[in-house]
Amino acid sequence: MPLTKTEKLEAYRRMLRIRKFEEEGTRLYRAGKIPGAFHSSIGQEATIVGACMALRKDDAMTGTHRSHGHPIGKGADLSGLMAELMGKVTGICGGRGGSMHLADCSVGIIGESAIVGGGIPLATGCGLSFKVRRTDQVGLCFFGDGAVNQGTFHESLNMAALWKLPVIYVCENNGYAITTSVPRSHAQTSIARRADAYGMPGVTVDGQVIESVYEITSEAVARARFGGGPTLIEAKTYRFDEHQVGLFVPGTPYRAAEEVEEYRSHRDPVELYRRVMLDSGIHPAELTAIDAEVELAVDEACRFAAASEQPHPSALFENM
Amino acid sequence: MLATQGVGALEKAGTQMTYLEALVQAQIEELERDDSVIMMGEDLAVYGDGKIVDRFDPLRIWSTPISETSFTGLGIGAAIVGLRPIVALSIASFMYLAADPIINQAAKLRYMTGGQVRVPIVFRCSMYYGRSIAAQHSDRPYPMFMNVPGLKIISPSCPADIKGLLKSAVRDDDPVIIFEDARLWSAKGTVPTSVDYLVPIGKADVKRVGKDVTVVAIAGAMRPALEAAEALEDEGVSIELIDPRTLKPLDVVTIIDSVTKTGRLLVVENAHPVCSVASEIAASVAEACFAELKRPVKRLTAPDVHVPFSPALEGMMFPNKHSIIQSVRSLL
Repeated sequence: MPLTKTEKLEAYRRMLRIRKFEEEGTRLYRAGKIPGAFHSSIGQEATIVGACMALRKDDAMTGTHRSHGHPIGKGADLSGLMAELMGKVTGICGGRGGSMHLADCSVGIIGESAIVGGGIPLATGCGLSFKVRRTDQVGLCFFGDGAVNQGTFHESLNMAALWKLPVIYVCENNGYAITTSVPRSHAQTSIARRADAYGMPGVTVDGQVIESVYEITSEAVARARFGGGPTLIEAKTYRFDEHQVGLFVPGTPYRAAEEVEEYRSHRDPVELYRRVMLDSGIHPAELTAIDAEVELAVDEACRFAAASEQPHPSALFENM
Repeated sequence: MLATQGVGALEKAGTQMTYLEALVQAQIEELERDDSVIMMGEDLAVYGDGKIVDRFDPLRIWSTPISETSFTGLGIGAAIVGLRPIVALSIASFMYLAADPIINQAAKLRYMTGGQVRVPIVFRCSMYYGRSIAAQHSDRPYPMFMNVPGLKIISPSCPADIKGLLKSAVRDDDPVIIFEDARLWSAKGTVPTSVDYLVPIGKADVKRVGKDVTVVAIAGAMRPALEAAEALEDEGVSIELIDPRTLKPLDVVTIIDSVTKTGRLLVVENAHPVCSVASEIAASVAEACFAELKRPVKRLTAPDVHVPFSPALEGMMFPNKHSIIQSVRSLL
């Protein structure tokens, strides 16, 4: 089922919310307002939102250290996320998780994992619970190309296929595990083909084209919901920024400046989708209105986060 | 809810059974009581859980591939969204394979998500040592896990306690690890029949009241400690014998109260000495009641060496009745 017009506008809104959230976050991080490490999802918005649009709110999701885009893609409120990045008491995790570990159970994000590959068994376990409890929910996990070389990927895919669990594995293949490229670390460079080993469908999709990601994920979700088991989706995408903001990589560049520029200029998922929508007859004013609305929402989130209190020292032992 | 306060209380309404039978019974009762309880593990029928496998729907009992890291992670994910898994990791040395999801996910997620997530899960494993299966199957690794905030750890020494504590663990909303001791599998005792018989996590039990020396014994070290206490009684030495039952959170109050009375403390366990429970108890006692001590605290543990294969060597590894008696005498 293709996206309705309302859903298309919502998909555009969510992509833009990720983009603007990350842009403001990067600025605040550089200004010293956000502690720790900051991994931006800019460039990967179509993969994230395309997959999330295929899910229901009560479907469970896990993700990665590049954790901001996933909850936004699934419809989370921005204020609690930005406050979390600043370590404030109003943060979605009360300032205990921070940038790499956003969780928002109100939209089904049970926790992003900064242990590479750590979220894969957890999402698989969600699928196990849904099967045992005979609900029609599914679990979806995002992970990077690097995680494909972790044992948890293989062990989890094996069990999910063996037991026909309702799980969708979405690999955000942005080409590089920090600086290590897929050809330098994968003996089999087609990640989708790894599914063959476990007898499950494996598909490759252009991760910069939201409607393709949505379509492929929707098929996988439908299969999972009705007892058809798991699917591995390899979404080929690209991160526009460095692995983490401000990271200096000495020596020979691991990716060419021209490659980055090519993606930024011609493969920007937000721009690509904007053009598709305009071509399909959506009035520019409708998009401009969303642009303004998102800008306002991100500004409001930043204001809320900045104005929020630091956690009180007495709260150190809460939730132990 | 019943709670044990010494062995005497247990002799009223119960049946005789072994430690292993009590373990199985606790799981059957909890699986029957609550549909959200499931069990996962390798070759479950082989290691004493055959009665469980035969009794329940396959959707409740998951016989897993040999993928300890990930089936542990699956259990954690399932726990977050509505189930109460009992994950059986069989031999305690395999806990290292499961350590990443146990430590990085189960123990931390409630804290890291600001309480949005709860992880009601039990990790079971058996410390299987003294049987010539050499160093890769014989570990007693509970001290390593005690260093992790957010994990509850139990390791009781008698059938009634293992039943009551395992049932409390299943009903707990946070992760609990149970280190079972294969040396105790055949140990018999009276076990209360009530399906709601619970032993509270975090409460030690005084197994024997005495006045001269406090002996704290962990898990399988309890059997030789009891024998030693009986032998010493004939010599006129009165031992107060304590089983912490829960290793984390450790009931130091019960131990300190006893040491305040006796002024002497021996801790006996089958783990290695560095950063052991014995070390932790020794430090806690030194901090809390150093002035009451008549002798330095003594630790009696396995030495800081791997478990050897040869029975001739392995026989020297673990505290026994005689080494416990000698250690007690050195404190008098």
